[in-house]
Amino acid sequence: MTATLAPETIARRPAASTRSPRGRALLYWIAKHAIAVALSIMFLGPLVFIILTAFMSNRQALTSQLWPQTWNWSNFADIFEKAPLLTWISNTVMYSVLATAFMLVSSIPVAYALAKFRFRGRKLAFLLVITTMMLPPQVVAVPIYLVWARFHLTGTLWPLIIPMLLGDAFSIFLLRQFLVTIPREYSDAARVDGCGEFRTLIRVILPMARPAIAAVGLFQFFFCWNDYYGPLLYAGTDQSHWTLSLGLAAFKSQHSTQWNLTMAATILAMAPVIVVFFFAQKVFIEGVKLTGVK
Amino acid sequence: MATATLGRRGKAAPFRTRERRRANLRALLYLSPWIVGFGVFFAYPLISTVYFSFQRYDMFTLEPVGLLNWKYFLRDDAAWTSIKNTLWLVVVMVPLRVVFGLGVAQLVTKLKAGAGVFRTIFYLPSLVPLVAGTLGFVYLLNPGTGPVQAILGAVGIPSPDWFGDPAWSKWGLTLLALWSVGDLMVIFMAALLDVPKQLYEAAALDGASAWQQFTRITLPVIRPVVMFSAVTGVIQTLQYFTQAMVAARVASGATDSAGSVFTPGYPDGSTLTFPEWLFQEGFRDFAMGYACVLALILFAVSMIFTLILLRQFRGFSEEEA
Repeated sequence: MTATLAPETIARRPAASTRSPRGRALLYWIAKHAIAVALSIMFLGPLVFIILTAFMSNRQALTSQLWPQTWNWSNFADIFEKAPLLTWISNTVMYSVLATAFMLVSSIPVAYALAKFRFRGRKLAFLLVITTMMLPPQVVAVPIYLVWARFHLTGTLWPLIIPMLLGDAFSIFLLRQFLVTIPREYSDAARVDGCGEFRTLIRVILPMARPAIAAVGLFQFFFCWNDYYGPLLYAGTDQSHWTLSLGLAAFKSQHSTQWNLTMAATILAMAPVIVVFFFAQKVFIEGVKLTGVK
Repeated sequence: MATATLGRRGKAAPFRTRERRRANLRALLYLSPWIVGFGVFFAYPLISTVYFSFQRYDMFTLEPVGLLNWKYFLRDDAAWTSIKNTLWLVVVMVPLRVVFGLGVAQLVTKLKAGAGVFRTIFYLPSLVPLVAGTLGFVYLLNPGTGPVQAILGAVGIPSPDWFGDPAWSKWGLTLLALWSVGDLMVIFMAALLDVPKQLYEAAALDGASAWQQFTRITLPVIRPVVMFSAVTGVIQTLQYFTQAMVAARVASGATDSAGSVFTPGYPDGSTLTFPEWLFQEGFRDFAMGYACVLALILFAVSMIFTLILLRQFRGFSEEEA
């Protein structure tokens, strides 16, 4: 918190103490980078400690020692015996993949229409998209739950997957924000060449929107991968329907206080997200920028 | 697009209305998945929520009770505790996140060496799954086992029992929120890099200090982005659920096994948020009518902030197309 004001405060302080402008610039440079390094340690620290703990023996994990005495690689094998992790992983993958695929198929045409068509009620539709995106899911949870219960789908993950066929407000919003920036000339040119509206979307707009589609797809995938509220509401008590997040939250209490194994399972849940991020960093960052309004 | 076609053809009025009707129909076709979704997953359940708020319903028997649920809300201590906690998070956590995110973003844009690496490091924690990050923080801040205790002890500061002490548990959640500030940082960085360079050059010529440049140039220019982030931050915090739930569950050591009951809010109701209480009442105690009262209150408060946001959007969406 104090770090937020630091760059400016420090920038002024050397001005008083050093004479040459070059010396001042050097001090400023050092100060900025020192703060950045300190912040890096704070941001990376928790991740490093989680990894170190995952390798400790159970007894050592209950002490405040930082470095593993022995590197217990077997912890990562043990967690698969302690809990049905493979089932949880495959449930999570199914949820994430299907929800993302369904969302893209349904949301892209909606976003395209909102960005490029002129029709009556266009502005109202966009405002309603933002409203549904902003309102907490808990607001309408009770009646929706009752509908799924009537179809006997509570106790499964389907209530989280099927609605994605009808579009996702956040994804529609992000895609629309990107599609609006594509100059009209491209679709006009396609139309002159005799392309229909749908072919224009498929042949011209989609290839240009690939980075935005990738970002929105990744966001949806990770949202599902990390989702806790949804599975907690619908997956029920039968562990064979649980996701990784749900299992992870219950993991520690089900296996006494084995912090080392809990942290190993935590790494298992984090790893795919972090690996994908490193391969698709640019897509991510560009996507996050779309969420801020300019 | 339709008008572009119109302009080119320049036909008489009846033709134009037919064109327009075709354009409206086409839009309807493209929007149809969302329109159905809006009806089924928003409009219908919202009306239904109002209806259920006047009923007693536990999934077996439905009994009209008039205003009883609403009256009960006024006497429900847990609900008021959860409102106080949620308000605390809105007032403390949201501003701290915005200020911290802005500070980190400002720092990264000013770095000459390794800006890309630092940006990646600062962004990384915001990707960590909420449940995993929360578990990690409960362990790290646990006085018996975590390194935070050891590190603070080495400097001579006694570490509180973060997630076990009602006075500190919300601060523990705040630390977690500051750790995952990366998404805000990226948004602010984009805004900061958009500030015209000439403004700074002119100010520097006039002898403005770095702090003056920040308050007189940077802040006014990026204000819309900061406002937008603050308002969305408030709306997100009104939904605050997962971290509080997981932290309480892990710190209390409660089990999920059948027969044992876990009540969120450990320690001592200090982390009980409003959505958590709604969830507990509706889906654990099956007081679904009462949960609908809580849902409508959540709806009303979120709607106020959503309207603030929409007002900002109105000018924004009129500009283009």
